[in-house]
Amino acid sequence: MSSEFFIPDPEGQVPSAEGYFGAFGGKFIPEALVAAVDEVAVEYEKAKADPAFVAEFEDRLVNYSGRPSALTEVPRFAEHAGGGRIFLKREDLNHTGSHKINNVLGQALLTKRMGKPRVIAETGAGQHGVATATACALFGLECTVYMGEIDTERQALNVARMRMLGAEVIPVKSGSRTLKDAINEAFRDWVANVDRTHYIFGTAAGPHPFPAMVRDFHRVIGVEARRQILERAGRLPDAAIACVGGGSNALGLFHGFLPDSGVRLIGCEAAGHGVESGEHAASLSAGEPGILHGSRSYLLQDEEGQITEPYSISAGLDYPGIGPEHAYLRDIGRAEYRAVTDDAAMQAFRLLSRTEGIIPAIESAHALAGALEVGRELGKDSLLVVNLSGRGDKDMDTAARYFELYDAAEGESK
Amino acid sequence: MSGNIQLLNDTLAQARAEGRSALIAYVPAGFPTVDGGIEAVKAVLESGADVVEVGLPHSDPVFDGPVIQTADDIALRGGLKIADVMRTVREAHAATGKPILVMTYWNPVDRYGVERFAVELAEAGGAGCILPDLPVQESATWREHAEKQGLATVFVVAPSNKDERLKEITAAGSGFVYAASLMGVTGTRASVGEAAAALVQRTRAATELPVCVGIGVSNGEQAAEVAGFADGVIVGSAFVKALLDAPDEAAGLAAIRTLTAELAKGVRGNV
Repeated sequence: MSSEFFIPDPEGQVPSAEGYFGAFGGKFIPEALVAAVDEVAVEYEKAKADPAFVAEFEDRLVNYSGRPSALTEVPRFAEHAGGGRIFLKREDLNHTGSHKINNVLGQALLTKRMGKPRVIAETGAGQHGVATATACALFGLECTVYMGEIDTERQALNVARMRMLGAEVIPVKSGSRTLKDAINEAFRDWVANVDRTHYIFGTAAGPHPFPAMVRDFHRVIGVEARRQILERAGRLPDAAIACVGGGSNALGLFHGFLPDSGVRLIGCEAAGHGVESGEHAASLSAGEPGILHGSRSYLLQDEEGQITEPYSISAGLDYPGIGPEHAYLRDIGRAEYRAVTDDAAMQAFRLLSRTEGIIPAIESAHALAGALEVGRELGKDSLLVVNLSGRGDKDMDTAARYFELYDAAEGESK
Repeated sequence: MSGNIQLLNDTLAQARAEGRSALIAYVPAGFPTVDGGIEAVKAVLESGADVVEVGLPHSDPVFDGPVIQTADDIALRGGLKIADVMRTVREAHAATGKPILVMTYWNPVDRYGVERFAVELAEAGGAGCILPDLPVQESATWREHAEKQGLATVFVVAPSNKDERLKEITAAGSGFVYAASLMGVTGTRASVGEAAAALVQRTRAATELPVCVGIGVSNGEQAAEVAGFADGVIVGSAFVKALLDAPDEAAGLAAIRTLTAELAKGVRGNV
């Protein structure tokens, strides 16, 4: 590998120096955080230009995380998607089981560089929390993870993993008790402890420079996928497909194909019980522009700017906002977004398990459901790359309840 | 009708002329009810507060502590609308003739419409706004409308701000400067941070505006300590906590009147 992940965009225009992707992004934070966020921006610029930093990051990706991740063709699954070819980018095979480790290794190295002994993080599904706890164990950093109380219940396995790794996990009881509330609490901690703490933000959202920095650390996904699909299929795909909550795995994949105008970039949002039901997390499909967690993007909100509660069966997509670069990519027409319901995602979850022996994360199953739709639209000559952003072990309790796999006689099923 | 920035300036100048600090109270709108909130604002202004910051509650008060989030949740669950906040400002100002600001997050103002918000606040007799998550470099549109409507734009400064940044912030602000005396989100603290005095000193070197200190004060003794070096003492969570802890609305109003009187003595150096 080389430092190809840190090559600036061909246009070199996004984000601007102020952190804007077109009309989206920026830095909406209190003065108490301005110095810390500016320090992150300055140190990140220095780090990505420092060959020693880049070499250490890439060494960890290879020798610790196990990159490059495989690109797996899934022909039995593809039979259900119009009969074309589908390849999965296997981020589920990374150490800790999802794409999250890419960003966390980068930011943990940055934390060391800044000389801060303590890290905080938010987590929804628990994947970012587990990855952060892992990196903190690896680098000897103190670690506190904030997690919505509802998510600690539906992702109990990941709570145990984080605690095993030595992290403190704090269940958040305020608001909707999910991802956005975990982010609120993490920001409060950061304001109070900013001198010795770095906030390893888990997705490509938040105040500048987080959207661009998190994206850059995940760029490896798309860079590898582009090279692998050319080797394997001899041509670029018709579409690159990923799920979007905050949107970091999608941006990582998309950026590998951004200059290839013939490759459609398709993000799959969580439609929950259906966008028309009002119970969903489809910020781009059904939201309006606004400011949350430090940047301007699309949000689920009422007419007076109060954030409305999102819903998704997937803890990792259960968020009322989306990274600002996705709002920008949609507005300029470069990326397109679809809303995928709980039911469609769960059908794809089971289908991949039964046809290919791969149990995906429920988040990633939203991308698989999107691929089934797109494949059927494009027909048998189509070639798709889908980001399998994480593995589904953490979701087995949710899936077992959904599919009634527990023994009903024991009263575990409904 | 124009906003009351001049009334705010005159009130702070008057306190200075009396050789004391001003007492600035934060009271959330709609808590425990819209009418109860209006009574609370009037109660603190009648018992010794010089200025009130009326909180416009937000669903995600990221930069407030749990006390204020609890009050915000109660207000929003009660169906509070921005029109109710405007009514709170209008009725409390009409009853007391004192300056009232609105403190909130940027998204409600952005979503409501910046011009519409400024016009309605000025019409209600408001004196200005504090928008802690709107940094100075993002604030041009707001300041344009605030200035046009006669409203103050109060910026927050923090101990981590370098002198150059203090100049940039205070040059854009009006009314007064809100110096956050402790690193940390709003909430009562056992003692007031020593960093506050140093921050006030550095801020004064950057601006002629009065420098008022917030975050941390909850009793008369602390108010007197801060009054020793600041132009104003801002008290928020202690009022909200007094209202939350009271068994009923009447007891809550009595508690905040008592607290206000104690703090008013404190800012005059009488503990």
